[in-house]
Parts: sequence; structure tokens; C-alpha cells
Amino acid sequence: MELWTNGAGLSLTVVLPLVGAVIVGLTPRASESLQKVVALLTSLATLAVTVGAALVFEYGQGAGFQLGTDRPWIPGIDATYAVGIDGISLPMLALSAFITVLAIIYSWNHWDEPKNPKAFLLLILVLAAGMNGTFIALDLVLFFIFFEIVLLPMYFMIGIWGDKTPRSVPIFGITMETRLYAALKFFVFTLFGSAFMLLGFLALYFNADPQTFSIPGLIAQAPALGALPFAGWIFAGLALGFAVKVPMWPFHTWLPDAHTAAPTVGSVLLAAILLKLGSYGFIRIAIPVLPEQAKEFAPAIAVLAVIGIIYGSLACLAQTDMKRLIAFSSVGHMGFVMLGIATMTEIGINAAIIGMVAHGVITGLLFFLAGSMHHRYHTREMARLGGNLALMPKMGWILSFTAMASLGLPGLAGFWGEFMALLGAYNPLPGLDAGLFRGAMVTGAIGTVLTAGYLLWMLQKVNLGEPKAEWAGHEFHDVDRYEMTAWLPLLAFTVLLGVYPKLVFGATVPAVEALVQTAFGG
Amino acid sequence: MSRFAPLLFRLAEETGEHGDEVHHAVEAGVTSGWAVENVWIMLLLPFVAAFLIVLFGRFDEKWGHRLAVTTTVYMFLHGSWIWYLNITQGVLYEKSIVIAEIGSNWVLEWGWVVDGLSSMMYFVVGTVSMLVFFYAVGYMKGEIRYAGFFAAFSLFAGAMLVLVAAPNLAQLIVGWELVGVASYLLIGHYWEDKTNSSAGMKAFFTNKVADVGLIIGSIMLATAVGSFRISDILTAAEEHAHDLEAVAVVGAILLFFGAMGKSAQFPLHVWLPDAMAGPTPVSALMHAATMVTAGVYLLGRMFPLFEGLAGVEARQWVMWIGAATLLLTGLIALVQRDIKKVLAYSTLSQLGYMVTALGAGAYTAGLFHLFTHAFFKALLFLGAGSAIHAVHSNDMHDMGGLRKFMPRTYATFLVASLALAGIIPLAGYWSKDEILVGINAAEGLPASEFVLWVATVGAFITAFYMTRTVALTFFGQYKGHGHPHEAPAIMTWPLMILGVFSVGVGWVNIPGVYTGFTDWLAVRAHAIVEHHVEGANWIEATEWGVALPGLVAGVLGITIGVIVFGRDEGTQAERDRFRIPVLYPLLENQYYIDDFYLWLVGLIKGPLARAIDWTNSYVIDAVVNGVGVLMAGLGRIVYGGVDQRGIDFAFTAFAGAAGGSGGLLRRLQTGRVQQYAGAFVIGAVLLVIGFTLFR
Amino acid sequence: MTLVQYLLLSSALFSLGVYGLLARRNAVMVLLAIELMLNAVNVNLIAFEAWIRDALAIGQVFSIFMITVAAAEVGIGLAIVLLVFRSRETANIDDFNLMKG
Repeated sequence: MELWTNGAGLSLTVVLPLVGAVIVGLTPRASESLQKVVALLTSLATLAVTVGAALVFEYGQGAGFQLGTDRPWIPGIDATYAVGIDGISLPMLALSAFITVLAIIYSWNHWDEPKNPKAFLLLILVLAAGMNGTFIALDLVLFFIFFEIVLLPMYFMIGIWGDKTPRSVPIFGITMETRLYAALKFFVFTLFGSAFMLLGFLALYFNADPQTFSIPGLIAQAPALGALPFAGWIFAGLALGFAVKVPMWPFHTWLPDAHTAAPTVGSVLLAAILLKLGSYGFIRIAIPVLPEQAKEFAPAIAVLAVIGIIYGSLACLAQTDMKRLIAFSSVGHMGFVMLGIATMTEIGINAAIIGMVAHGVITGLLFFLAGSMHHRYHTREMARLGGNLALMPKMGWILSFTAMASLGLPGLAGFWGEFMALLGAYNPLPGLDAGLFRGAMVTGAIGTVLTAGYLLWMLQKVNLGEPKAEWAGHEFHDVDRYEMTAWLPLLAFTVLLGVYPKLVFGATVPAVEALVQTAFGG
Repeated sequence: MSRFAPLLFRLAEETGEHGDEVHHAVEAGVTSGWAVENVWIMLLLPFVAAFLIVLFGRFDEKWGHRLAVTTTVYMFLHGSWIWYLNITQGVLYEKSIVIAEIGSNWVLEWGWVVDGLSSMMYFVVGTVSMLVFFYAVGYMKGEIRYAGFFAAFSLFAGAMLVLVAAPNLAQLIVGWELVGVASYLLIGHYWEDKTNSSAGMKAFFTNKVADVGLIIGSIMLATAVGSFRISDILTAAEEHAHDLEAVAVVGAILLFFGAMGKSAQFPLHVWLPDAMAGPTPVSALMHAATMVTAGVYLLGRMFPLFEGLAGVEARQWVMWIGAATLLLTGLIALVQRDIKKVLAYSTLSQLGYMVTALGAGAYTAGLFHLFTHAFFKALLFLGAGSAIHAVHSNDMHDMGGLRKFMPRTYATFLVASLALAGIIPLAGYWSKDEILVGINAAEGLPASEFVLWVATVGAFITAFYMTRTVALTFFGQYKGHGHPHEAPAIMTWPLMILGVFSVGVGWVNIPGVYTGFTDWLAVRAHAIVEHHVEGANWIEATEWGVALPGLVAGVLGITIGVIVFGRDEGTQAERDRFRIPVLYPLLENQYYIDDFYLWLVGLIKGPLARAIDWTNSYVIDAVVNGVGVLMAGLGRIVYGGVDQRGIDFAFTAFAGAAGGSGGLLRRLQTGRVQQYAGAFVIGAVLLVIGFTLFR
Repeated sequence: MTLVQYLLLSSALFSLGVYGLLARRNAVMVLLAIELMLNAVNVNLIAFEAWIRDALAIGQVFSIFMITVAAAEVGIGLAIVLLVFRSRETANIDDFNLMKG
């Protein structure tokens, strides 16, 4: 079909949400159900397009991008409208479209103050366009634009619908609303990273011959670019931009604040998709374009990743706020993803991708749960919760299941990412310091113990025991229809990915093989 | 004893290089059949049952036991049939279904193995599960979350079979951790009470610590061989593959560290006694008969590695740890008042025997003890559960004299106790005897003679504490409240069936008479290598010089136990308070190991975690906020100093000037069109004059 | 007839127009004066066109344009004057000083 050969199909994943956003914007503010239906239909259509792309995608073909196009866009700076997907971006694109649908379904009857569904749905759709765009973009300018577009809706989501309790900033004696603090920190921190990333992009552009922003074009020139005297600085710039987004230790502090302050759907999208933009950037741009530099930086990335794993888990143990605990857990989980990437091996990068997908599904669900529980208890303090399993059995069991998945239980999605990251770290790319990586593997494995520790501890505090006296006589309505509809697919995917990881590996393995072959040779 | 040639499975036939289904060649002439080709039904069914119970359990709780018990009956039939096929026809089978291929050499698979070892486990798991499930129908009647209990129980059964069936280490890890989860759920079944949920957490957490060893060990071995398949690893071990040789010892010790968690070896044993917080059927099935033997099973499965390539260097640790466990935990059992705790420590001690045996190289003996122990220990727990059910207390000081009230429970419990104490001709005698002989025959292991002494003393201790338990529970005066009565038939029937097993299962391997078990297990086991078979540890005849002291120790233990606890029926509870200074507090506090762990966990969870959190807020975030505040301050300087006083001043000045000039110029704007026109004309004239003059 | 005679005629007409524009107080008369000035320009254009013998007859074309534009302008101008007269009861241009700054 022509739809798939001229890039129109892939472009639809960006265009459809934008069209939906415009339509939602044109509807009168009062007609909420119309806005919801429009948003849902658009996101479903986007998902359908993604599924269509997955159906026509040729899985055996490892190298090269498919279903895309490359057209002139801004000739003055050689920027082109280049889109396309390969086995690495396909799962991410599908995840993004999938989570967006669920977020809109969940939003059906969950509105944080000050409600205003029209604006909120509009922001979700714009966000979806940005996320999908980042995963299909094959031109650095296009990539950068989409990468930055997602900041705006998220900024407004946190700043408008976020947590209004005051937050004091330690040391500096400032107190401001959590949402404002978090939104500002999120935006400025990410933009700070992006600035270095943009510098890196520009450096690549000006030193390429012929000058180009095209990702495949730059990959083709990888040897020449790698020979530049300041190539290490370019990689550092790119890595900084992506590392803030991942986030890697020590650039992670925006994350707990942003996640905790954001409205439920915002946290879900932030955890499930936005964090992946960073690690995706490493795999898509930083490593293939500058493989030699990636190899030089790999030990540093591995060390930071492992510090993140241990540090994140220990920080989780000290949390009293359930949502903040889940937020901190992302630092640890993304640490495993980065450890996988740092090994620069096929197994490690595959581990990173399935880790990303699994983290999206599982942590997304955890944030949904945290939001729904906050909705009912009006508190996230774990000391006040307890006996949730008795008060709301369904919610409690889903929470238990998801926490088990999150701690990397074999047979569920989270396991493969962790296990294979460790497997990769035991035997990193030849030329890397195997001793260091094996140390990282052992430390990471110890991190899994700590992960189990804080999640079990959370379960004990929140789910088990007798309900606290303050909830006596309270009527809690258990999981409702919309929540169930949004969560069941996630639960199913958690099991499916655990039992049959080929769902992801089927797409990624050939692509990663080609990537590693091109970057590091046989 | 007839010996087959070593049966090594090789990948002789594969459908394509990476076909979707890889069939392992089955030894020529060995027939397979429907049962072994469709083990997946047995593996999958419990999970399906668990899922369906969750779905339908809310409508009618009876669905819980209906589905669960039906499943276990099927498991029993299928498992027994497979074992029968394996015994009679030597059926061997292995099948793997690829779930992902990564790169050129990593393949992830689900599959199952049918060989002597795994089919023995199918039989044990199937049989004991079925009996305990039946028992649980009566025991759990009217309890809270009845259906949920059976769902988790079914989940356990499935996970255990997944573990046992695993043809590769990745699947083994999956089953390994899934049984851990089932254990967590069931220990914390009464989660309203914090001690129970804490016990569940402790079990999960301790096992997770050990799993680090299992995972790293598996990764090391698998990387060296390039495959997760156990058969590949064992083949490489047999061939002394160079890459494997380098990591064999460390890898094997790490695998053993994993086994130490699940099989609760010293010093990772602490979770098992606490696990008794779960309902008694759980303790019987999981924490005595099957789940805790997973570690022993792993050692057995990987035995050629321990026997050959990893050798004495790895095995000596296995033996010492096992010996330490059997002695130290056996001693703790002496001072427990909770009947389930006695049995728990006894289980630890017996697991110690199995591990010691495997460490000493007595492969058959260790697994034989696993086999017999599963039956009589399950029976002991079920009997204890029946007593607890009757008196509503775990404390033996609330029991006493139950012999009169519960004759069936008493009779079966007594048989099982004698079996555990190692009295000829009951099941426990034959297996314990073989272990002693095996340790005696161990070659090249340091301190193996000392270990033999420890094991013999252990036999004495076992007999002693079991006598104490029987005396306190079933003899003397009843000291509890209410009127205890015999359990219903659905609970006593499993007891009696297990009683028969406890008497008879040892007879499948009587040295010099009938060594069927050794044949089934050793010869038809997966990849038992030739040089091993020639080794000294294959017991063909009882060495009375070793076996007799073991038997004597058992009899002595019972005799002294009877003297101490049986003399005065009315006051044996008082006699129980024999105090040995230093040793007694040490035992009562479990050598303070729990306290040490609590301190350690408290340290991590308390000060360390808080320090990290503090660092996050006051160091890393301080930098971030500091930059923010600095920028804001800089902004104020720029705004107040430069902008307001500098640039803005200039703007104000310009604006003032503009305003003033505007005031002047407005006068020109009269609003009269003709004046404008006049000005226009004058301008035009001036322009004309200008052009004319200055052209 | 020479070019000069046409130019004299046109400058005379233009001067009359300028006088009318500046001196008359009636708005209608001012409009007529403007019309006079435009037509003076037209005469100029045609005269020069004839003198140059322009093959494209640009002068004639332009003057036709100007006649058209002038007609439109007068139409609008008269309409404005009429409306102002209706509201103010006067056509005296000195009273139209709303634009005074």
C-alpha cells in the first residue's frame, strides 16, 4: 500500500493526535463527553495505525529503516522530513500509542483539580504527537523538535493539575507550591540537558561531509566523525542531554519531584514513555553515530547506572510517600536499562529495550494504582494506609501483582530486562574492562535484592495488616469499570511479555544485531 | 547392579538451526509416549486452575478446592505414570520451545525434561500435593480467603513443576522464584497480623539474597558454555571444556549459594522457622516436602558439575555447610515449644543431611533421603496440624495426652517419628544409613571423618527431639482447653496413606537386596558421567561399621528421650525445662543469627537509606536548587541593577523625550484639512524650487 | 498648437484648483477644486503623450485611469460630505476639526 511506502502511514501517528487536539480545541468547553470521545477515537486510530505498521513491518530485515520517507523540509540547513522505523523504534512507538489510549480511558472519570477536561485531553494528544514523533524521526532537527515538544504539555500538566501542597526547598528556605516547583525543575533541568544535546547535534552537522542532519546519513559517516579530535565532547554533550531525560544518577532529582507532583495520567505518561526518550536516544543516535566514543564512555555509564540502581533502591527504602517511592524506583529500573546499554552488546541492548517496554507497562500501572488510591484515601502517606487488601481487595491484588512484576519476578515482564542486563554485563563488548562490568553485574544483582526489599515493604505497609482506625466506617468503592478497562491490558501484557518475550525480541533482535555489527564490527 | 552406558543427551536432531521447536534426540530404542510428550499439560494446568479459582472463587468458595484438588489428582496420575514409564522402560525425553533468540547463541526456551531425577520429583510432588490438598480441604474449612488459599497453593504446585521440569537454567530460575512467591503468599495467608506478613517478607527476602548467587552462577556457567541448557553445561563439564573449567568452581559455589536459600542451609536458614506462620498444609507441602528440597534438587541436577569439573573445591563447602546445618539446627529443635517449630528445625536438619550427602558425593543417598523425607515429614506436619486443629494451639505445653483423643493421628505420627529417627525398617533408616555410608566413602574431602561424626550425633539428636515431641504431645495429661477430637476423614485418610509410604518407601533401595532406586535415579539420570559411576560412592552393600552406629545413635536417642520425658507422665512438661547454661539461651535465641540479620536490615533500611535520602535532598538536589536560586539571584541583579537602572533608564529618557516633542508637535495638528493642504502645497512648491535650484 | 500652450492651460487650471482647495470654505467646492487639479494633470499627460508620440500611448491610458479614479473619489467624497452635512447641518470645512491633536 502506498500509505506505507511514502511515509504517510507513519506520519499519521503524529498527525492524528494533532488533528484530534485541534478538534478538541474547537469544541465548546462544556461538551465534555464529545471531547472525551474525540480524544479516545483519535488515540485509538493512532494505535490502529501503529498496529498496522507492526503488521506490514518486515521483521527479518535488520538493517535499515522501513515504512518511512525522506523529503526536503528546510533546505537552508539541510534539514529533511525524514521518518522511518526499525525494530528498535517499533516497540517504543507501539508502547507510546498503547499507553496513550489507556491514559485517555483512565481519564474518563478521574480528573484532578481544576478538572477542565478539554485542556487536559488536548495536552495529552499533543504529548502523544510529540512522543510518537520522537520515535519515528530520523532527522536530528525533527528529532529535537519532537523531543522538546513533549516538554510543554507535561509542564502544563504538572503546573496546572499538579499537587498544590506547599513544598519547602531545603537549605534555601524557599517555600512554593509543589506543582510549580516540580514543573519548573522538570522543564529547566530537561532544557539544560537539551541545550548540550543540541550543541552536539550542531557539531555533528557542521563536521559531517556532506553536511546533514539525517541519522542514517550520520551513521554512514561514523568513522570520520569518530576521528574528530573533539568527538568525545560531542558524545558527552549528547549523553548529557539523554542522561537527564533517562534520568541517570546524578541528574535524576527532577524525576521524584515531577512524578510526585504530576497528576496521575501525567505520571503514567512521564514514567511509561518520556523517560524512554532518553535511553532511546542513546540507542538511536549516540551509540551508532559515535561508537568509538560510546565505547570510551561505556564504563562511566555502567558505573553511573549501577550507582543509580543501588542509590535509587536505598532512597526508596527511606520514602514515606507511596507515589514518591514508585517514582524513585524508576531511577533503579532505568539503571538496569542503562547498564544494558553500557555493555554495548546485542544482549545488553536487547535487554535495555525489553526493560524499557516492561518498565513502561509495569511502572505505568503502578502510577495508575497510586493515583487511584490517592483518589480514594486522599493521602499517599504509607504510614496512614494499611489493610488496603481488606478494604479494596481487587485494588490490593492488582497492586501486589504489579509490585511483584516490578521487582523482576521471573515469568513476568520485568524479569528479562534485569536478567539479561546482568547477563550482558558479565560479558561486555570485547575491549571493555570485563572486570569493571562484572563488578557492576554483582552490584546490580545486589540491587535486585534491595528492589525486592522496598517493594515488599511497601506492600506490607499499604496492603497488609488491619486497616487503620481512621478508615473505619468509610465506604471504599473498589476498582471501577474505567480503571479495569485501562489496567487489564497492562496486566495482560505484563504476563505475556514475561512468558513470551519474543513479542519484543522478534522485532528488536535483528535490528540490534545490525546496529552492533555496524557500530562495532563483527 | 546393572549399569547402562552413560546416557548423554546431545542435540543430534534439530529442526533447522533455530527452529521453533528443538527436539532432543531420544536415545535409540527408548520409547516415549503421550505422557512424556505432553508434560506441558501437567505444568500448565495448575496455573490455569489458579487463574480460574481467582475468577470463580468469589462466586462460590468451593471452586477453590474443586479445581485445585482435581488438578493435583491429575498431577498425581500424570506424574506417577511418567515415573512408571521411566522405571519400567527407561523413558527419557527432553523438549524445548523457543521463546526468543538473541544474537547468534542466546536462546531462551521453555521446556521439560523427563529423566530419572525429574520423574521422581514429578511423582513426589504429585503424590504429596494431592494428599496435602485433600487434607487442606478439611483443615482450611471455614477459614478466611479459602479460595485464595487454593489459588496460591495451585500456583505453587505449578511453579514447583516448572522448576523440576526445567531443561535450562533460565526456566529453573523462573520456577525457583515463582515458588518463592507462592511461599510468600501462603506464609502471609493471615496477613492481618503483622508477624505473618513479616515472616512472608523474610522468606522472600532471604531467598532473594540467595537468588543473587543462583543468577550470577547461572550467568557465569551459561556464558562459559554459550547456552542455558543444563544438558549443554553438563556435557561441557564432562568434556572439561576450557572456558567452563575457568569458572566451574566459582559458578558451582554460587549455584550452591542459591540452593542454600531455598533449601534453608545455615546461615540462610532463618526464614524457614518463621515460615511456620503459614497454615499447616502449607508447611507440610512446601516447607517440608517439596519446595525446600528445590535446592537439593538443583544440586542433584547439576551434580556432574560438582562431581567432576568443580570437584572437591566446591563440594567441600557443600558438605561443611550441610553438616553445620544438620547439627546446629537439630540442636535448636531440642528447645522449641511450638510443635511446628520443632518440625521446622527438624526439616532444616534433614535438609542438612541431604546437602551433606551430595557434598560428600553420595548422589543417590542425598536424593533418596529427599524422597523418603518428603513422605514422613509431610506426615509429621499433617499430624501436627491435626493436633493443632484439635487444641487450637501450637504450643506443646497446651497439648499432652492426645493419644487417647486422636488415635489415628497418634499412630501415624508415631510411625513418621520413628521413620525420621531412622529406626529399621522404616523409610528414614534406609536413606539416613546410605548418607552415613556415603560420607564414610567420600574421598579427598577434608574433614569428612569429622562430618561423619557430626552426622551420627545428628541421628541421636533427631531421635531425641522426636521422642520429646511425641511425649509432650501425645502422652501425659491433656493440659489444653476444651475437648480435642479426632480430625475428619478427609484429614485422616491422607495421614494413613502417608503412613504407609513412611513405612514402605525405603524398601525401594535396600542395599544388597533390591537397589531399584539407585538404578532408576543414577543410571537413567541426566548426564551422569562414566568416571563418576566408577567412583566409590555407589552403595551396593551396607557397610555395617558405619550403619550400625547410626542405628544405635537413633535407638539411644529414643531411649534417653523416653527416660527424660516418659518417666512421669504428669510432669514431663516440667522436665522439659532442663536448662544447660550458655547453650540453652544460645539455642533459644537461634545463635542470635536472626538478631544479627535484623540489625543488618535495620541498618540498611534505617540509617543508610535515610543517609541516601538526605544526600538526595541536601547534596544533589541542593546543587540543582542552588543553581536555580543562583540564576534567580543573578536575574534579580540583572533586573534591578542593569535593567532597571541602566537600560530602563535610557528607555524612560527616550519616552520622556518623545512625549515632550509630541506635545509640541500636536499643535501642528489642527484638524483642519485646508491647513494640511496648504502645507502640502507649500511643501510641493519648495520641492519644485529645490529641484530647480539644486539640480 | 504647441506644447507650451497646453502646459499654460494646465498650469492655469491647476492654480485655480489650488486656490479653490485652500480658499473655499464649502466642502463641495473643495472637492470640485480637487477635480480641477486632477484634470489639469490629465491635460498635461495627454499633451506630453502627443508630443513624445509614445507608441504605447501611456499618457492616454493613465489619464483614463485617473478619470476613473477621480470619479470614484468624487463619489466617495460627496457621500462623506452628505453624511457629515446630515449630522452637522453644515458643509463648512472649518467646522470639521475632529482630528485636532
